Amino acid sequence: MKRIGIDVGGTNTDAVILERSRVVAAVKVPTTADVSTGVARALRELLASVPDIRDRAGGVEAVVIGTTHFTNAIIERRDLAPVAAIRIGLPASASLPPFCDWPDDLAALARGAVYMLQGGHEYDGRPIAPFDASGMRRVARDICARGLRSVGIASVFSPLTDECERAAAEILQEICPDVNVTLSRDLSRIGLLERENATLLNACLIGLARQTTRAFRAAIETSGISAPLFLTQNDGTVMRAEFAEAFPVFSFASGPTNSMRGAAFLSGLSDAMVVDVGGTTTDIGRLVRGFPAEANTVVLIGGVRTLFRMPDLLSVALGGGSIVDPSTGTFQGRSVGHRITEEALVFGGTSVTATDVAVADGRADIGDRDRVKALEPSLVQACLAAARELFETSVDRMKTDARQMPLVAVGGAAFLVPDRLPGFSDVVTVPNGAVANAIGAAIAQVSGEVDQIFSGCDRKTAIDRATELARARALDAGADAESLFVTDVEDLPLAYLPGDARRVRVRLVGEARPPAVKAQEPPRE
Amino acid sequence: MPLAVVGFISTVGGAATSMVRPISESDLEPLAVGAWILGAGGGGSPYHAYLNIRQLLRSGRGVVLMDPASLADDDLVAVVSNMGAPLVGQERLTDPEIAARPVRMMQLYLGRPFDAVMSLEIGGGNAIQPLLVGAMLDLPVVDADCMGRAFPEAQMTSFAIGGLQMFPLTLADIRDNEVIVARAASWLWMERISRRVCVAVGSVAATCKAPRTGREVKEWGILHTITRAIGIGRAVMAARERHDDPVAALLSHAGGKRLFGGKISDMDRRTTEGFLRGSARITGLDADRGRELVLDFQNEFTIATLDGTPRAMTPEIICVIDAVAGEAIGTEMLRYGQRVTVVVLPCAPVLTSEKGLTLVGPRAFGYPLDFRSVFETGFE
Repeated sequence: MKRIGIDVGGTNTDAVILERSRVVAAVKVPTTADVSTGVARALRELLASVPDIRDRAGGVEAVVIGTTHFTNAIIERRDLAPVAAIRIGLPASASLPPFCDWPDDLAALARGAVYMLQGGHEYDGRPIAPFDASGMRRVARDICARGLRSVGIASVFSPLTDECERAAAEILQEICPDVNVTLSRDLSRIGLLERENATLLNACLIGLARQTTRAFRAAIETSGISAPLFLTQNDGTVMRAEFAEAFPVFSFASGPTNSMRGAAFLSGLSDAMVVDVGGTTTDIGRLVRGFPAEANTVVLIGGVRTLFRMPDLLSVALGGGSIVDPSTGTFQGRSVGHRITEEALVFGGTSVTATDVAVADGRADIGDRDRVKALEPSLVQACLAAARELFETSVDRMKTDARQMPLVAVGGAAFLVPDRLPGFSDVVTVPNGAVANAIGAAIAQVSGEVDQIFSGCDRKTAIDRATELARARALDAGADAESLFVTDVEDLPLAYLPGDARRVRVRLVGEARPPAVKAQEPPRE
Repeated sequence: MPLAVVGFISTVGGAATSMVRPISESDLEPLAVGAWILGAGGGGSPYHAYLNIRQLLRSGRGVVLMDPASLADDDLVAVVSNMGAPLVGQERLTDPEIAARPVRMMQLYLGRPFDAVMSLEIGGGNAIQPLLVGAMLDLPVVDADCMGRAFPEAQMTSFAIGGLQMFPLTLADIRDNEVIVARAASWLWMERISRRVCVAVGSVAATCKAPRTGREVKEWGILHTITRAIGIGRAVMAARERHDDPVAALLSHAGGKRLFGGKISDMDRRTTEGFLRGSARITGLDADRGRELVLDFQNEFTIATLDGTPRAMTPEIICVIDAVAGEAIGTEMLRYGQRVTVVVLPCAPVLTSEKGLTLVGPRAFGYPLDFRSVFETGFE
């Protein structure tokens, strides 16, 4: 089994070839503004380093890309399409329309139009009111007239009954067949506002997602590889590119998840603290049974409330490019970022960075050592002490257990992590730790998840039905049926509701389905 | 510096301090945070109610908070609540128009306008319900409720403890359904009948409970609880801002006690008779290493048992707090592996009176236990 894993970070694009569990090749290139040019270059350099890879036993089976491109588009408010938001559920929930809890600047970009219609369901499947089909026709015509290309539809209790969302989508298909539609039921969570928010975020990213995944595919094709493309999701699993094109929101926060999964893989540890030191920031998280521990609280994406399960991370402004204030021996909280190869002393620049300090101390061997000879030893020691203190207090904040545990240091600037930290049995560094994120992408599996209310059946039947639905979703996402297993079952009986109602969440994980025949996946279009 | 501790006994009066003050947008988030903590794990998240009131204030409507001491004895006060299953409330969102309807109905039924509005329960989303009604109908909001926390049933109130009349009750649905329960034989019957109607309309409905006179509110209401919730929220938010320990800030502000810190190691949940019942097993960390706390709940947390010995119990307010963010975690949100701190806050004295304990003490929830306060000295 050979896979290529690529992680597109804010500063670098990392790529690896993994053959079974061995890292065959690894490269690091600068990320480009369009992301795909950097990916193409990474692939080129990667394949150049292993010239016979295409011929060796079956070639590459899959290319898995992890990217923060879509999250960044939301955070930086760029490349977002205006969305027609359709809420179905009147007369319920009338006072809190779509976008009501978004930051003003983001809402101004994303809010193309807002429509609220009668319909939706009760928790027990009864309609709240009959679906307003003729109103929906007027809405569809108005969307055409306004020239909106992206539509998000959320109906009350659609994770239970998606009838109204489907009916609305059919009308859109008939009246304006060329718009992109996101249905909230596919994002599958109880909680109307949060589910609708995810739907609208998805809708405003669809154009960018399509463009980006196509550019990724083109880059892969140009490199001469004929393997399916997968994108990683926030839970450490992957989805087929066709699926990712329709659901870019599932890729949110996949970067840190990939680093942590890669750290687990490289170190062989399944329970540990992971410190990922990049160019600008350090992410600190915990591995529990090989997967990142999830945050308890509601997750804000660019200021928008969602119910995505995200890794519990602490981000600290310290990285290899962090600029040193020579007068105080502390870090300024700013980084030279991807310009490190021009601006750092060791690369002939004039900024004193954390990397320069580490080179001066002998912790790292990067660039030209002679260029940091002039740094005062007292300044070097003061900076390293400042870094040590920052690491100590930050990892302590994330530690949930007084017991000694190992800590894995990964990322391009992992050399900044002290060799010993109080409360940790070991500070582990691993070969290829600098590309742990790309390795995490390469090893990612495929999952399917369902979170729904079931009523009028017993607990076992409800869990069985949820498992079947989750299995169908996993297959849809590209999983191999044989390898699927259940990783999470959670059921919650519901207060004050008759009919033995319960909310069931089931998640299955399995290997990515290998290509069925060699000649499959004809170029699309 | 934490703000001064606000007790349950009125310290207002005498001086010409403002007995009525406008509620501003800066009060709203602290109120939501504090109310969620006072919910003792239940009451439903105040988030949607918070969004609604913020929207109303931004659109130019105002609402004022009134000290109960300034109520005239014969003033008429509406007691409002959003009734139903918290989960349904996550899909069918609170709406101020609907919240105001049962109050209008009650005025028509009584043939008399209200002078003010107050909350049934300060714990959870219902803390904000009277603000919605106040903003819609231009009524002042009394700084009081009748639980001082959240409880699952209508008879679990200080007004029931006071033996006050439990009818009439009005209820409105999002459709054109309006129901008046004109009389009920007891508080239990009132709960039973109104719960049935609520389920029929989709398990969420806006209600206006039996109207109270100003005198009844002053005598039997639990006073200054909106101020208490805002104060708690402010203390927690300020600590978070300073990167200080929010739990320590909560305890010092609210006069609470830290009971236990640990990680949830097991969850058991079931619904019986409409309640979400169950227990969470918490394995101790740090100072509590080697010990185990079992937390029972019936919508709200009822009993905390430390290594086999009941240590804290209803009606004292048992809260589970996210150890890092300082946010309350509701009984429906508890998950395996969460790192939490369990704290106990004092409840209103009326709840631990003899009559109070029969309605809201451990026996009212089916435990063969006599109430003992966690704050009693020597109970370590």
